[in-house]
Amino acid sequence: MDANEPEVERRDDVMASNRLQVDSSSGAPAVPLVIGAKESAPAPPTEVVFELLDLNVYYGETLAVRGVNLKIHKNVITAMIGPSGCGKSTIVRTLNRMNDSVSGFRVSGEVNYHGHSIYASGVDPVEVRRRIGMVFQRPNPFPKSIYDNIAWAPRILGLKRDLDARVEQALRGAALWDEVKDRLRSSALGLSGGQQQRLCIARAIAIEPEVLLLDEPASALDPISTASIEDLMQDLKQTYTIVIVTHNMQQAARVAERTAFFSLDDAGDGKRAGVLVEYDETATLFTRPADERTRGYVTGRFG
Amino acid sequence: MAAIGGRHPLGTSAALHRRRRIDRLMRGSATAAAILAVAILGIMIGTVVVNGASELSIAFLIKDPPGGSLVGVAGGGIANAIVGSALLVVVATAIALPVGVLIAVYLTEFSTPRTARPIRMALDLLNGLPTIVTGIFVFGLLVASHGQSGIAASVALAVVILPLITRTTQEILLLVPKELRDAAHALGVSRWRTIAGVVLPGALGGILTGVVLAVARAAGETAPLLLTDSIFSARTSINVFGAAIPNIPIDIFSYSESPFPAEHAKAWGAALVLIAMILLGNLTARAMLSRQRRRLGWMPTSQR
Amino acid sequence: MSRRENTALPREVVEIGVVAGGLRRMVDRMGDRVAFGAAALASLAAVALIALVIDRVVSGAMPSISRFGIGFLWQTTWNPSLSSGVRDSNVYGAGVLVYGTVVTSAIALVISVPLGVAIGVYLSLLSSGRLAGVVGPLVELLAAVPSVIVGLWGIVVLAPALHSTIDPALHAALGWLPIFGKPGTTGLGIFDAGVVLAIMVLPILAAITRDLFANVPRELKDGALALGATRWEMIRGVVLDSTRSGIVAATILGLARALGEAIAVTQTIGAGTAIHASLFASGDTLGSRIAEQFIGAVSKLQIASLFYCALILLVMEFLASIGAQLIAGRSVRVRGAVI
Repeated sequence: MDANEPEVERRDDVMASNRLQVDSSSGAPAVPLVIGAKESAPAPPTEVVFELLDLNVYYGETLAVRGVNLKIHKNVITAMIGPSGCGKSTIVRTLNRMNDSVSGFRVSGEVNYHGHSIYASGVDPVEVRRRIGMVFQRPNPFPKSIYDNIAWAPRILGLKRDLDARVEQALRGAALWDEVKDRLRSSALGLSGGQQQRLCIARAIAIEPEVLLLDEPASALDPISTASIEDLMQDLKQTYTIVIVTHNMQQAARVAERTAFFSLDDAGDGKRAGVLVEYDETATLFTRPADERTRGYVTGRFG
Repeated sequence: MAAIGGRHPLGTSAALHRRRRIDRLMRGSATAAAILAVAILGIMIGTVVVNGASELSIAFLIKDPPGGSLVGVAGGGIANAIVGSALLVVVATAIALPVGVLIAVYLTEFSTPRTARPIRMALDLLNGLPTIVTGIFVFGLLVASHGQSGIAASVALAVVILPLITRTTQEILLLVPKELRDAAHALGVSRWRTIAGVVLPGALGGILTGVVLAVARAAGETAPLLLTDSIFSARTSINVFGAAIPNIPIDIFSYSESPFPAEHAKAWGAALVLIAMILLGNLTARAMLSRQRRRLGWMPTSQR
Repeated sequence: MSRRENTALPREVVEIGVVAGGLRRMVDRMGDRVAFGAAALASLAAVALIALVIDRVVSGAMPSISRFGIGFLWQTTWNPSLSSGVRDSNVYGAGVLVYGTVVTSAIALVISVPLGVAIGVYLSLLSSGRLAGVVGPLVELLAAVPSVIVGLWGIVVLAPALHSTIDPALHAALGWLPIFGKPGTTGLGIFDAGVVLAIMVLPILAAITRDLFANVPRELKDGALALGATRWEMIRGVVLDSTRSGIVAATILGLARALGEAIAVTQTIGAGTAIHASLFASGDTLGSRIAEQFIGAVSKLQIASLFYCALILLVMEFLASIGAQLIAGRSVRVRGAVI
């Protein structure tokens, strides 16, 4: 499946220094914005998977997300946090074109995947979603057997060889195999919520995507299931690039190496839209945020 | 569409091209099926309009058919059948409306799951009852002993529209907010005053919609009339308890089976009158219904 | 906080509440009882009505039941002649009619189920809101056209069109099958009636399946799309797959509608008296035989036999209704002619 060698993006981001939301991931040293900050965290050594350039998202006439610039790195867990309505789910659904069917949805700016716009004409959203998997807020197993939940997508994608092995591998990858190996033919709807969510992760990785987008994957789960999903993410990042949207700051702090904080802001025209306030190493963002708004959000929640 | 080469990370493979072709084919087929259904409706109504328009005139609406033993002659109208159909439908509605509304009130206000089951089942069975069987039932009930009559036909039509009125009423009653009822109860308002003073007035528009739909349905029913009121005559009658009353569906049926072109033309003319009435009724009901639903906060299933 | 404060009440309710007093209370108790009694009585009447229908139809059919027994279902002689010189005079059997009813309904379903499901898919999943808002109601209007007008259109427009296009094409392609025999150029037949029935069943299937598909949770559809499925793959793999029982139930309800239709079939089936191998030949159904012969019936036994036909229809309808309920529970309701 890796027939397409990704193009490594190593463009120096000179514009970054002009922006409030500093992207310290580029090759150039980041500019420390906060007085007293000793140094910015080093950029992750991996290549860039996603690069958002001046991304605006509209629903009809409404601007939902304004001017986002962001790079997401390979084999890194990136968290998106912020108050509800700040556009973090909109952005993550923009990354695999899940918003295409929403009426009035429109983007301007660039969403580049390995240097190529996923919104370019000629790019098939079906191919985008096949490369960039997604797990949703509420577990959504199909009303089929556990086996068929996993095997369904490989079948339609023509990955029919060694289907049993593929199913097992996916279930092992999602740390679910031992729990379900004896009842692969029973309905997936009989699983617990946490198991269902791991099944959805297994379903997503069974077609070997490069990226996993997790849209508040644990918000409908109990603490134990949440912990098991978080453990799982650490294993998965060896293989996949993970973007997780969460409203739970502790969760972001626990799992993510990099965190983007979004907020609702108006650009002086009275219209509020989601903006990227700050994007940095998770530790830095939580302990030494560069922006007042980040500090307010982070301390407000923790304090 | 710009071609994207194989080197592109999101390049389209041959397999995806094939899947896309199937996708387009199947979606196109579904769209074509919808267009086909609309086209059939269009052709059907178009045929009725084109063929019926030449027959339709003021005289057709206000004159009776040529009387006596004249068959196959042109001229005359269907005035007596229009009067007859209106009468049958009004009487049928007068019978079915109170019963239907009371059943809906019972189901929404009084019933327990245990008592609702047999009633719902009876309504489902009534709704699915072939109308020719309804006709034969009323024949066995009334016509066999008393002969064909307007009242027999109206009873048969009432049986046909009863489940329809019940369902539309029930649908609207369920939309009357529960808080309104609870609040009325909390104020010590008795049940019947709540129903008569709050629930039914709130649902009045919806009930009227059900009536309009029922009238449109009853006006076109032919099978029950064939057994209970199948007179084909030039006479005008307004006595529902007397002999059979001429009506539009039976006129169309008789004319359509006739070998004479002049009578085929009359069938089309009568069909145009009937279909205009029914479509008008349906469109009115639809407009009323969407207003009602908006008022009561109903969401179409596709948006739930 | 009391309910009164957090609920906006119409003025009348408050007034009624305030003036509720002693004498009033007595009237109210009476009123409650009367309201309950009237509503319960009406509901009981609906149940009694079904019982009465069964009773009238069975008792009307009794002379024929006791004379011909269960064999009535397959005996093919239907001879209303009363002259003693004719063989089998005044002997009735519904074999030809049962055959015609089953075959016309089967044709109707073969055509209307795929089309109806496709329209349901279109209305619930493919069309944009505005277009569905136009096409949906138009498809439902098709159900509102009275059967006598569909039949008239069938005689004058549809049947000749079929005779000059579809019939010869089917004969040319599949003529080695006896059911697609040489089509006649004139005269009506089973196939014409089947197509007319398909048109009448189509809007019912479209409306039920539309609601069925629209109620498939959005998360499931998104889940399928997020795995890189095309829309059609999502529809087939998730929407159609998860609503199979509902589609079967809708088909049964469509079948019930087709089995019982009398008028439009009478107009287009050609009133045949025998079973022919070819679908292009004339035939007759239970419902249409009643419509044709009831008024001109010459003997009590003929009338009773027509009641017997109605009884068969009644049993078929009850079985279909119960079957649909069992398969789909209450998730699928027979919808009225419109809405």
